Amino acid sequence: MELHIDRATRTTAHKPWLAVMLSVLFAGLGQLYNRSYIKGIVLILLELAFIVTFKDFIGLGLWGIATLGTIPKVDHSIFLLVYGLLSLIMLAIAALIYILNIRDAKIQAERIASGWQRPKLSEAMKQAYMASFPYLLSVPGFIMLIFVVIFPLMFAISLAFTNYDLYHSPPRNLVDWVGFDNFVNLVTVPIWNQSFLNVLSWTLVWTVVSTTLQIALGLFLAVLVNDKRIRFKRLIRTILILPWAIPSFVTIMIFSALFNDQFGAINRNILSALQIAPIPWLTDPLYTKIALISIQVWLGFPFLFALFTGVLQSTSQDIYEAAEVDGATRWQKFRHITLPHVLFATAPLLIIQYTSNFNNFNIIYLFNGGGPAVRGQTAGGTDILISWVYKLTFTTNNYNMAAAISLIIGVIVIAFAFIQFRRTRSFREERDQ
Amino acid sequence: MLEVAGIYLIIGVMAVIIFYPLAWAIGLSFSAGTSVYSSSMFPKEPTLEHYRWLFTSPDSNYLTWYRNTLYVSTLNSLLSVVFTSMTAYALSRFDFVGRRSGMYAFLLLQMFPVMMAMVALYIFLNLIGLLNTLIGLVLIYVGGQIPFNAWLVKGYMDTISRELDDAAKIDGAGPIRLFIRILLPLITPILAIVALTNFMLPIFDFILPSIILHDKSKYTLAVGLYQFVNERYAGNFTVFAAGAILIAVPIAAVYLFLQKYLISGLAAGGTKG
Repeated sequence: MELHIDRATRTTAHKPWLAVMLSVLFAGLGQLYNRSYIKGIVLILLELAFIVTFKDFIGLGLWGIATLGTIPKVDHSIFLLVYGLLSLIMLAIAALIYILNIRDAKIQAERIASGWQRPKLSEAMKQAYMASFPYLLSVPGFIMLIFVVIFPLMFAISLAFTNYDLYHSPPRNLVDWVGFDNFVNLVTVPIWNQSFLNVLSWTLVWTVVSTTLQIALGLFLAVLVNDKRIRFKRLIRTILILPWAIPSFVTIMIFSALFNDQFGAINRNILSALQIAPIPWLTDPLYTKIALISIQVWLGFPFLFALFTGVLQSTSQDIYEAAEVDGATRWQKFRHITLPHVLFATAPLLIIQYTSNFNNFNIIYLFNGGGPAVRGQTAGGTDILISWVYKLTFTTNNYNMAAAISLIIGVIVIAFAFIQFRRTRSFREERDQ
Repeated sequence: MLEVAGIYLIIGVMAVIIFYPLAWAIGLSFSAGTSVYSSSMFPKEPTLEHYRWLFTSPDSNYLTWYRNTLYVSTLNSLLSVVFTSMTAYALSRFDFVGRRSGMYAFLLLQMFPVMMAMVALYIFLNLIGLLNTLIGLVLIYVGGQIPFNAWLVKGYMDTISRELDDAAKIDGAGPIRLFIRILLPLITPILAIVALTNFMLPIFDFILPSIILHDKSKYTLAVGLYQFVNERYAGNFTVFAAGAILIAVPIAAVYLFLQKYLISGLAAGGTKG
């Protein structure tokens, strides 16, 4: 009798809150209370191993990221910052595992309390394998992602709030946290705000003009070649797609020589044949800008031409016939049928075109290195934000300013990308679930 | 009739604008001498000396650069497919704690330009001793492509009916066998796109290799050719043109051959995606 009651109360008296408390106290204790001995021991060992192995490193890292070092020539601020960020990442992962451990203890305890039968060991192992399989699959990719994307981003964001530049560069000097000073300097200090304003406005002009022109030319040619009366369509399309098929760094370098002030064929052969004086393509900012935009249109229109051709070919002809019956002119048909249809169908890709030109480092850097140089400024006459960041980082070592500017770039790009990805299918499906 | 002639005229003008720079580079590559001043688009005595120089001269690193690029491209392509398909499989077929937040994190992460992370990547590779190595470069490419491509492959995998999975599970297939036998053959088209884009990326990319690789013997083609031209600008240009043509021709051939698939894939991804 005594024994019987004891057994009955043991299942109902199993208290989930106690399991949770125990697991909060130390990972694995709740599992032991739940009588999942293997799981409990593994978790306890994991936590012990984590504490023993990383205690010193995390301690140093947290101290480092808070102070960025206190003694010049001994403390290396940047390494301390790196250790600090790595410590934060490790703590976040540990916290995640800890929360999962508490959750697991709670669910298991609730099951036991409601009279659940423990499966055999082999069965339990199989269940554990199935439950952990998705983690096993994603862990390798996730680890790479942490080191290659997440950690560098955290580092870049941190730098934007420090004074890490040529005069504050470890090991000789310490780096300090300076809050929003870099952003304030960017818009108030004369040597910065003039460059910033020039570069930002040229970046916007460059993005809007070059991208819009390449879209317009691509659409114009796609509509022309799509005309029923045109023959040899395949050949024409192959020719027009050619610039897309050639690696762009090759063509940009060819153009750079072609436009060269002294020996370039444009000045030497074409303009001299037309009796026009040589134009300073690479030494006058205005001409460099014109050249850059023309080259980008040359490089960029074929992709859009191909894209629009694909859309036009899959468009039903019925609506055009209906419009003809109503007596629509050709312009009206283009304006009210073709244009909205094509632009709507390709909108996400068009937005990508704008964002990729916004960050089109290759063409700016390879064509003329962002030059010609402007007296008294850190940015060249045709530098866009991203190539300015490159210069600030690798030429003048203004790491803090480079980081602050790239943070601004990041915010702008995310705003654009967000508009685009709200439209994508997989995102919508995820939201509707 | 006049209109059609006008259209042909426009196309003709475009063709000239497209071919002129290419023809100029091709002409230079066959011109004798290394100076651009003395060479012309239609060399009087075409010569193969620059091509020969690239392959035979002891001063030329061209073959090394070609090999480096192929090495990085192949490895990147393979590893990207493996890591991406594993991650996408987990995201598409399993319901686990952290799945949704992980996916939103991916979505956010793939929007940042790589440039933002340059300094950190430099310091990080330096810290683990992989600066100035091809493996370090591959590592960054592979890790960086995961967020975007995992979404791409996951979206494709979602369109494959789960009834197939259930049938295989009833037959006793475990998760690994289910993936290899049932899903893998069905997602080959999207994996082919992942493989191709990741093969091409290192060939086109200039900025990352120029930050990470410092030795001439480690350069990829893009960095190598740029440095080569920059050393003695006008002096090296004819040789550069020869080297550039040897890269452009195979890649252009692949692109023109695959144009139909690339375009239809892009159109599908862009319009319905």
